[in-house]
Amino acid sequence: MLKIKDLHASVEGKEILKGINLEVNPGEVHAIMGPNGSGKSTLAEVIAGKEEFDVTKGSIELNGEDLEDTAPEERAHKGIFLSFQYPVEIPGVSVTNFMKTAINESRKARGMEDMPANEMLKMIREKSELLDIDRKFLSRSLNEGFSGGEKKRNEIFQMAMMEPKLAILDETDSGLDIDALRIVANGVNKLRSGDRATIVITHYQRLLEYIVPDFVHVLHDGKIVKSGGKELALELEEKGYDWLKHEAAV
Amino acid sequence: MKKEMDLKDKLISSFMAFENNVDIEHPVHDVRTEAMKNFEMKGFPSKKEEAWKYTSLKGLEKIDFSIFPKEENALEYRDVKRYFLHEIDTYKIVFIDGIYSSYLSETTHDGVDICLMSSALTKPMYKPVIDVYFNKVASSDESLTSLNTAFSREGAYIYIPKNKIPKKPIEIIHFATGNEASLLLQPRNLIIAEENAELQVIERHQSLTSNDVLSNSVTEIFAAENAIVDYYKIQNDNSKASLIDNTYIDQKSRSVVKIHTFSFGGKLIRNNLNFYQNGERIDSTMKGVTILGEKQHVDHHTLVHHKQPNCESHQDYKGIYGENSTGVFNGKIIVDKIAQKTDAFQQNNNILISDKATINSKPQLEIFADDVKCSHGCTIGQLDEEALFYLQSRGIPKREARALLMYAFANNVLESVRIPELKTRINKLIAKKLGVNLGFNL
Repeated sequence: MLKIKDLHASVEGKEILKGINLEVNPGEVHAIMGPNGSGKSTLAEVIAGKEEFDVTKGSIELNGEDLEDTAPEERAHKGIFLSFQYPVEIPGVSVTNFMKTAINESRKARGMEDMPANEMLKMIREKSELLDIDRKFLSRSLNEGFSGGEKKRNEIFQMAMMEPKLAILDETDSGLDIDALRIVANGVNKLRSGDRATIVITHYQRLLEYIVPDFVHVLHDGKIVKSGGKELALELEEKGYDWLKHEAAV
Repeated sequence: MKKEMDLKDKLISSFMAFENNVDIEHPVHDVRTEAMKNFEMKGFPSKKEEAWKYTSLKGLEKIDFSIFPKEENALEYRDVKRYFLHEIDTYKIVFIDGIYSSYLSETTHDGVDICLMSSALTKPMYKPVIDVYFNKVASSDESLTSLNTAFSREGAYIYIPKNKIPKKPIEIIHFATGNEASLLLQPRNLIIAEENAELQVIERHQSLTSNDVLSNSVTEIFAAENAIVDYYKIQNDNSKASLIDNTYIDQKSRSVVKIHTFSFGGKLIRNNLNFYQNGERIDSTMKGVTILGEKQHVDHHTLVHHKQPNCESHQDYKGIYGENSTGVFNGKIIVDKIAQKTDAFQQNNNILISDKATINSKPQLEIFADDVKCSHGCTIGQLDEEALFYLQSRGIPKREARALLMYAFANNVLESVRIPELKTRINKLIAKKLGVNLGFNL
């Protein structure tokens, strides 16, 4: 589904990603771990098409299609979803209205009619129940005054609504207490399916106890320095990242 | 070749003609004569004056304005319905080319007076009120206010006695039809809310022509103890219409006056909004949303004079400037020595969406008391790129995402609009002005 080949990306002339290779197939969950500043969030944002970054070399393919020069909204239409580490507050636009706009714009791009109102409401009800979201919450302004946990839960709610092919969760566990973490992880797990792939970006192993990955990759200084199964996460938890840095240097 | 008479000379010479049509024995005429002298002395403000540094009237002064419309003009309601808040029932005081239209209006004397300035200025029964209030808060420092006072004859007159609340909001609408090649209008409004009275007013100036129109409007508002006044100004005129709005508010203890100014259109708009707090525990609120394009120019000059202790003032102006538009925000706060425990807040946030748009923002604080809370802030920026990416990553195209962000930026000013239908209307105007269908019903 996702094929990243020798990806180099820089911002304002500074190279952050220095040759990433990654292949993600339908149904798989990949975890990307690494110390701060290793390029984890950059990788997520480059996949989602943030224009601030220049892809200087290499390619990203989604289902065989090169995503070069594809705008973030077009990538969303093709099924990429990024759950933000720091979701943005949009005063005056309710969660519900925001979702209606997002879904109908995506449908429009696929040549479909707007989703009928009753269908939309039904979907909103189902997905909000999935994440244990209060109905009142949906009429609040998007992310405005939300707690850290509410913001993250809202991101996963949006993901559930958008039904992406490839979901990228950027530090979804940061700022969550254990209860919120469980609800969010539970939501993500319920959305796991054979045709949907997930990339979980995290600094800590904690989230991976709840969202169990098929593969773990360690990112260091813009490169994947080690890949393995879920047991790699535990190893990292035990030993920290330093031993990998040495390994990478050798 | 004969030199063309400039606008100032034309106005001075027209004053004599004007005197043929008003009762010069009435005491109000002494006020007019005095004001005329003041205007003669000062003339039009020029860019040399600090308060007019960024707004030039030179272009307008060159236009050969008709000062009195020659004949009464009629409009059909169906042709102008969209300018009314027709979703709800309202009182209406409507003028066409400066002349009262009884056909389009709905006035009342049922417990409250919602009627005409021309009646108030001539009928003996209103004289006691006129004696007390007329031209009592309007400043003689402003030459354009003096000019308006000199020619004051028509406008809205609203008197809400103690403990009364009118049954419905009041709309004041001034239409210009363009039967005159170019028209100068000088409406004069007087609004009085006695103790515990409450009212809501929506004011609009609307040109229906491609001819030049200049409105030099003066509104005096008096809010007695515990009175509540909600005043909404909709400035969405066409590109040949200019407005100089001079509004003066006198507040007594525990009164609450909120003025919302929505500036979306017009050629040149100057808002002089002046609050005088003559009592304690007063709340004065000024909010504005300005969205401009083309070569439009809007200048917001606000003044809050805190003259007594324990009062509050809130100012929140949001501006979005595109194309070649220019904006000015000048917020002056004066806190007298006696006005301890004043809480004055001022905020002006702007977004420039074009390289050629300009905004000049300036807070002006003169604080003479030592135990006060005064905060002010001003920002000028572009749209937040991170927010834009967030919306795009949810499948919302860049153009719509930008509009949604601008809408969100301006939207919180609307929270204090207390007429839901008006709020919806303004929301729609904002969406339309931003050129976008937001994909949901506002």
